[in-house]
Amino acid sequence: MLIRIRPDQIDIPLASDITPQQVYAGRRAFMGQLAAGALAGSGLLAAGAAVAQSSGARKLTAQLNNAYAVMDKPTAYQDATTYNNYYEFGTDKADPARTAGTLKTNPWTVSIEGEVKKPMTLDLDALMKLAPLEERIYRMRCVEGWSMVIPWIGYSLSALIKKADPTSAAKYIEFVTLADKKQMPGLADPIINWPYTEGLRMDEANHPLALLTLGMYGEVLPNQNGAPVRVVLPWKYGFKSAKSIVKIRFVKEQPKTAWNMYAPQEYGFYSNVNPEVDHPRWSQASERRIGEDGFFARKRKTLMFNGYNDVASLYSGMDLKRYY
Amino acid sequence: MKFLSNLSTQRVRQLRNVLFVLCLLPLVRLVAFAFLNRLGANPIEFITRNTGDWALYFLMGTLAITPLRRLTGWNWLVRLRRMTGLYAFFYVFLHFTIFFWLDHFFDFQEMWHDIVKRPFITVGMATFVLLIPLAATSTNAMVRYLGGKRWQWLHRLTYVIVPLGVLHFWWVKAGKNLLAQPILFASIVAALLLVRLLSPKNRQWLMQRLNKRGVGINVVKE
Repeated sequence: MLIRIRPDQIDIPLASDITPQQVYAGRRAFMGQLAAGALAGSGLLAAGAAVAQSSGARKLTAQLNNAYAVMDKPTAYQDATTYNNYYEFGTDKADPARTAGTLKTNPWTVSIEGEVKKPMTLDLDALMKLAPLEERIYRMRCVEGWSMVIPWIGYSLSALIKKADPTSAAKYIEFVTLADKKQMPGLADPIINWPYTEGLRMDEANHPLALLTLGMYGEVLPNQNGAPVRVVLPWKYGFKSAKSIVKIRFVKEQPKTAWNMYAPQEYGFYSNVNPEVDHPRWSQASERRIGEDGFFARKRKTLMFNGYNDVASLYSGMDLKRYY
Repeated sequence: MKFLSNLSTQRVRQLRNVLFVLCLLPLVRLVAFAFLNRLGANPIEFITRNTGDWALYFLMGTLAITPLRRLTGWNWLVRLRRMTGLYAFFYVFLHFTIFFWLDHFFDFQEMWHDIVKRPFITVGMATFVLLIPLAATSTNAMVRYLGGKRWQWLHRLTYVIVPLGVLHFWWVKAGKNLLAQPILFASIVAALLLVRLLSPKNRQWLMQRLNKRGVGINVVKE
């Protein structure tokens, strides 16, 4: 690999210098074969294990924004795209990668409505051009106690908010996601009240960390990761980051959100990553980093706001044990 | 199918040997998957859930042996029960070990905190602890030592243990509203327990009805 000196002299690799996924997928397969070969006496055993994963997806490139790139090692593309919670495509984490092929992401529109001076409907092309795309490497902490590190591509949600020009009555923002039985087999199960909805307070939504996301790992979003457009809120548990958004509503009252409606004692409206507030059924003090922490490694400590202390000022004076 | 009602001791022993190997397959599969890198992105979650699933299958299977024996008249089935019961304990033990080792790294205090604070873990732990005396008294020598009556009373703990195992599973799944499987398991266990509550006469009537509908294979001769 050619290591270039960055024009800005910052000692962080450019997005393009991070090992391309085809290369590290190949390495993983090779090492899997080595391990199986050494232990089972035959390299052939691993042939089924190395799942081919050249996605053939459309490339989407953007300059890495160093201000928003954690130094943690990015999760393997293979893991980030085959271990997903996306119940519209099945409840097993392996389901979405298998079944999300039926999602039709083009044409796609997102309607912006509610307390805005400029209600509008944006197609994908308009969304792509709304603001300059940038790559950001965020930690992602799931409420279930595992985490990943993902290079996303998008721009701050605030750019879209600015364009929509909310009225002073807009206090919250609501994300409504696609719910189409024809495309989403999981909707047959009334697990939650479809469509899946999520929401933020206006100041949270305007925080520069909140990313309107169109791609990851240098390509457009894979279907199972919420194609074609989602939000990523790295200081909150993963389920707050709504996928496959079709509607963004600006509202006066705190919106009802999907998991919160189902089990308010387990999934709060805020759901900020907080090691001090346990989930009723497990501790949130630690987490397992997918693909990196070995089988017998201790879990790593979870950081307040997932390490994004920038957002702390949004919650000053709030009792975060009460507003979990 | 007639020959199945009268299996020789030797046949039963052979059958038990085959079953012994079959019951190990879930563990063999997990070990093979570990070496083949096929446990997925979150291997510990995978083995935790998988050993828990198998523990439940074996618990329910063991509870099913007596009703199945009555339904079919295959009395030799009871001679497989000790082994399936011990396998249930084995998979529960693996499930617990993963929790104690890979989740808590043998930190007893931390584990205890989890057990008292979280009802689903309390119940899971109770399932494991209550199984220990049953496993410990599973040998012929222990049956003799306790005497048949007392041994039987002790082993009726099964009727508490299996529902506790299902309740543990239910609470695990309830958080994400995935109740189809827990409901199925609870119904199976409820049916297996209810059959035992019927009077011998009613039970015979039910078994014969089931038999007529082709569920059973042999009419029970009593």
